[in-house]
Amino acid sequence: MSFFKAENISIQFGGVKAVTNVSFEVEEGEVFTIIGPNGAGKTTIFNLISLIYPPTSGRIIFKGQEITGMAPHRVANLGIARTFQNIELFEHATVLQNLLIGRHNHRSTSFLEELLFLPAARRAEIAHREAAEKVVDFLELQHYRDSFVAGLPYGVRKVVELGRALCIGPKLLLLDEPSSGLNPEETDGMAFWIEDIKKDLGVTVLMVEHDMSLVSRVSDRVLALSQGEMLSLGTSREVQSDPKVIEAYLGRPE
Amino acid sequence: MRFLFKTDYDQDVRLFKDGQQKFWYGALAIFLLGLPLALPEYLVGQMVFILIYSIIGLGMMLLIGFTGQISLGHAAFLAVGAYTEAWLQARGAPFAVSLAAAGLLAGLAGVIVGLPALRLKGIYLAIATMAFGFIVEEAVTRWDSVTGGNSGKQLKQIDFFGALIDNDVRFYYLCLGLVFIIMLGMINLMRSSTGRAFVAIRDSEISAQSMGIHLARYKTIAFAISAALTGMAGALYAHKLQFISPEQFNLLVSIEMATLVFIGGLGSFHGAIFGAIFVITLPQLIVFMKDYLPPAIAQQTGLQPTIFGLILIGFLLFEPLGIYGRWVKIRTYFSLFPFYRRGMFRRQKTYMKSDRLK
Repeated sequence: MSFFKAENISIQFGGVKAVTNVSFEVEEGEVFTIIGPNGAGKTTIFNLISLIYPPTSGRIIFKGQEITGMAPHRVANLGIARTFQNIELFEHATVLQNLLIGRHNHRSTSFLEELLFLPAARRAEIAHREAAEKVVDFLELQHYRDSFVAGLPYGVRKVVELGRALCIGPKLLLLDEPSSGLNPEETDGMAFWIEDIKKDLGVTVLMVEHDMSLVSRVSDRVLALSQGEMLSLGTSREVQSDPKVIEAYLGRPE
Repeated sequence: MRFLFKTDYDQDVRLFKDGQQKFWYGALAIFLLGLPLALPEYLVGQMVFILIYSIIGLGMMLLIGFTGQISLGHAAFLAVGAYTEAWLQARGAPFAVSLAAAGLLAGLAGVIVGLPALRLKGIYLAIATMAFGFIVEEAVTRWDSVTGGNSGKQLKQIDFFGALIDNDVRFYYLCLGLVFIIMLGMINLMRSSTGRAFVAIRDSEISAQSMGIHLARYKTIAFAISAALTGMAGALYAHKLQFISPEQFNLLVSIEMATLVFIGGLGSFHGAIFGAIFVITLPQLIVFMKDYLPPAIAQQTGLQPTIFGLILIGFLLFEPLGIYGRWVKIRTYFSLFPFYRRGMFRRQKTYMKSDRLK
């Protein structure tokens, strides 16, 4: 049984075939990257996995359980967390509150306990804070803990979003272009964190990325897409030297 | 400027941050308890209105300020609460029961209105809730046997566990107690995971969903709580006026209730209270002002709505965080004195958002 498996997934928006018959498997503990030119369907695949769109056909299987057709909010409970390409943080809340929202799937108290703030609710709150604080430590966000997201620079927001996903306590982490908008130094930091997440936390990472230096540095395997179809699957080096991939990015020599 | 040195997670969770805050809220409590002794009866009556509007404000704040769902039909819930109270009291139900029933029934109505909210957003939701407001207003006018139709409905004084609430001072203490309990419940919710789920839905539905938040459930909860609070306020409102008729629950009232939270300051419970104070005191101030204005202006019919509208526009332009936002700035100015900078609260530019859920 594979850890994560996409079986022949396809989705059409009207006449547009955004993703066609894509199949791949992710092994537990690896960093699996999806690359491809703009409009290749990378983010669409992420949206399919996080069940924001239902696939037109095909199945997505996580740890032996089919997740296609589930309600989207249940994905987090299964242990799949994601970040967004353009950052979708809760802007009018502090960094710590953002991380605490990430703990929502660990909610253990009932509405009434919270309304009256019974001891159970207090204990739960403190436990959430301890867990969030571990992530703050891991990502070195101490300095920004109580700042509002609306006032933070872009690079820090990217890290906060990563932290929020980690608060879910994921087994599979979906990173949608973790380096987009970051300068080379910040990208370098992101690479370290991805490696740490894989090695220290044992989280499997499925990533969409454009920065090829980051891709070849952290990925165990790479899948190249173009026009919603699979082009090539293998190690980073294999995929980058695949003539089909070069053609998709650069075009055919006349 | 003081810095809190935190040594315990409980410090983040507890109700009051430090001794200073405890002291000021204690002082406020004593002030509010003593207030009716110092004020003339008429002003105590106005304080009662402020407290009733505070309950409405808390409900509206939860819905608009924290969950980000607009409603222009809240007068309907006020009506449901008021008429439930009138109907049950006429049949001899004790106040505690009828108040709870008013809240419950309005809350149920809130769930029903919340259903379209699961699919609608922004202006569309505003229109849907507004339509609901019209429906209830019309139903109240036509349903003679229960509501008394256009000729209205009389209410007797509240019999609160044997104590007759026969003057405004007693009414004031009753409302104050209710506001206190409701406020406490709201704060408790907002400092636990339900409250955070509301905020998450307000700021980004798509990522709230990815965090495992059941959007439909939490939006419905927000609508239900907000409607229930408004219903309870409606019951109190009916008793305060002792007479209710359909035109007290029209669209203008809904709009007034929504603007209350915008002027008070979105996203803070302080704002709900400030908004309530504003909505009740402004008409009084205008009446007072009329004596000093030239008659050509003072006698105009639309004077009050005009001033109200101008102030609302002023807030939206210059102080989007409302009275509470201004209050925070003034407080910061003094606590940082003389290091306050003009740009301290300027909003950073927001970055591009990815595709939204419909």
